[in-house]
Amino acid sequence: MKIIEIRDLVKIYDSEEIRVTAVDHIDLSFEEGEFTAVVGPSGSGKTTFLNLVGGLDRPTSGRVIIHGIDLWSLRPHEITDFRLHNIGFVFQAYNLLPVLTALENVEFIMHLQGWPKAERQRRAVELLEAVGLADRLHSRPSRLSGGQQQRVAVARALASRPRFILADEPTANLDSHSTENLLNIMERLNREEGITFIFSTHDARVVKKARRIITLEDGKVIADEKR
Amino acid sequence: MLIAISWRNIWRNKLRSLVVIIAITLGIMAGVFSTAFMKGMMVQRLETAIRSEISNLQVHDSLFRITGELKYFIPKGMALAGSIDTLEHVRGTAPRIIVQAMISSAEAGSGVSVLGIEPEREKKVTDIIDHLEEGQYLEGVRRNPILISRKLADKLNLHLRSRVVLTLQDLDRNLTADAFRVAGIYRTTNTSYDEVHVFVRYDDLLRLTALPDGAVHEIAVRTDDDRFTPAVQQAIRHLAPRLEVLTWEQISPELRYIVAAMDQYMYLFIAIILLALLFGIINTMLMVILERRKEIGMLLAIGMSRLRVFGMILLETVMLTMAGGIVGIVGGILVSKYFEVHYIDLSMFGKGLEQWGYNSLVHTRIDPALVVTVTLMVIFTGIVAALYPAWKAIRYDPAEALRTE
Repeated sequence: MKIIEIRDLVKIYDSEEIRVTAVDHIDLSFEEGEFTAVVGPSGSGKTTFLNLVGGLDRPTSGRVIIHGIDLWSLRPHEITDFRLHNIGFVFQAYNLLPVLTALENVEFIMHLQGWPKAERQRRAVELLEAVGLADRLHSRPSRLSGGQQQRVAVARALASRPRFILADEPTANLDSHSTENLLNIMERLNREEGITFIFSTHDARVVKKARRIITLEDGKVIADEKR
Repeated sequence: MLIAISWRNIWRNKLRSLVVIIAITLGIMAGVFSTAFMKGMMVQRLETAIRSEISNLQVHDSLFRITGELKYFIPKGMALAGSIDTLEHVRGTAPRIIVQAMISSAEAGSGVSVLGIEPEREKKVTDIIDHLEEGQYLEGVRRNPILISRKLADKLNLHLRSRVVLTLQDLDRNLTADAFRVAGIYRTTNTSYDEVHVFVRYDDLLRLTALPDGAVHEIAVRTDDDRFTPAVQQAIRHLAPRLEVLTWEQISPELRYIVAAMDQYMYLFIAIILLALLFGIINTMLMVILERRKEIGMLLAIGMSRLRVFGMILLETVMLTMAGGIVGIVGGILVSKYFEVHYIDLSMFGKGLEQWGYNSLVHTRIDPALVVTVTLMVIFTGIVAALYPAWKAIRYDPAEALRTE
């Protein structure tokens, strides 16, 4: 089942000195349950592409249709709400709230969605157990390793029950062991629970695990390979 | 959860938050203490005016207060004072004859108001006896004792048992005089009052003025508490409908205005302190949102609404302000409470203060209404201080903010 359709997507950064076409007429679609890597050299437009799909950046032209809803036809506060309920984000720099524990970080997004306290706590514990952090529930990010923080970020992204997860270079700051660990968790969640992952990466180990690889260059899709 | 996040965020940079909190604490503490000090001074002035000078109520012939003439007396004033004494909530009455006279010593003379009083009844109404510096309260001198102030004694070079002559017009407009002997010397905190008021016995002045028996010019009335004053005023009006019965506020409206104006000045004073603090808080919060740009970008990205982000910054600012505000208010109250029991000695400015009727030993006075108002003002300051930083925070573009290093 198709969950994302991208039609003739363009993003041009236009300043006084320079005009850059970061995303150049991209047409793509994503099926539910995909485990997709968007690859390409630095400056190829991977992050911009994910930002456009995630509703973080407005395209210059083109459409992003998620489950039949044209994302950029929504009003700004509707887009924010759409992100909250439909898209999970995992960032390169983890971006956890430093004042909250691992459990609270995962809970927080469910709090924003209005879940009752007991229910969100139960789910947060389950998710942290799923990413192998049952023993670090009450640790703050500063007490966790990079790999552990990124696993909390994955748990947080899953907590809101999103339709898909966008992960921008999720392993860029991790050592090989942590990368392996994180990839196994993401792959298992994808396989067992059917969660759709779209991630940008440079990392050959990540690419190896992906079942679809989209290669970008100068903002254009130059290859779209399914395994 | 937002409350917990906001509170923990405050303590992320402990030193910076503590500097702001201490600044707010000291500012508010100084404000609360200063207002308690001013309030104490005003209340003491008011209490002195009621206790030593005006009393809660005064009863006169309506023309006496305007003209001050001897002939406008209350014919059966003594009997009326006795009736007023029996009214509910009346602590005491002081019937008085009041006449303008010239007081002369061997060396000099001065114009004064002579109050003919009944010492025992006067004690229940005014506290002149508590201000005696020397001698006794119209006692110890068998014939024609007089109580004068220190100020007048110095001016006329008088001492205890000195002889003075009071010269005045009697009821028939004849000039009459009699010799009095200084039985006591008093000193209140109001030198202006002291300079022109002397006290003699009612009977002595009645004889000298040739007024009929039982005649008085003024009945001063003290109530158990000033909140009973209007009710007692009504009751006296029932007893003596043709006489003028006035409260201290009606007799001396400027006192009430000063107290009311002082209340406003105090709020203005606190507002100025808070205004100065406001800019410090805004500056701190602007630094906070700049430092947390990436984090705010993340919150917006994962779907936290701009309204909630605004609320979070608002909450954090109000909490920061309140942390200092509450400590400042409590500290201000504690210091003020200490000086409510003890006192602040302003003797070095005593002469100037007493000229205006103010006591140089000031007991602070905490006004509960002021504490509530200051608390609300602190919260309001926190809200105002939050507006600009919070507005800036919600203007962040999430994609751009996430790229911040």
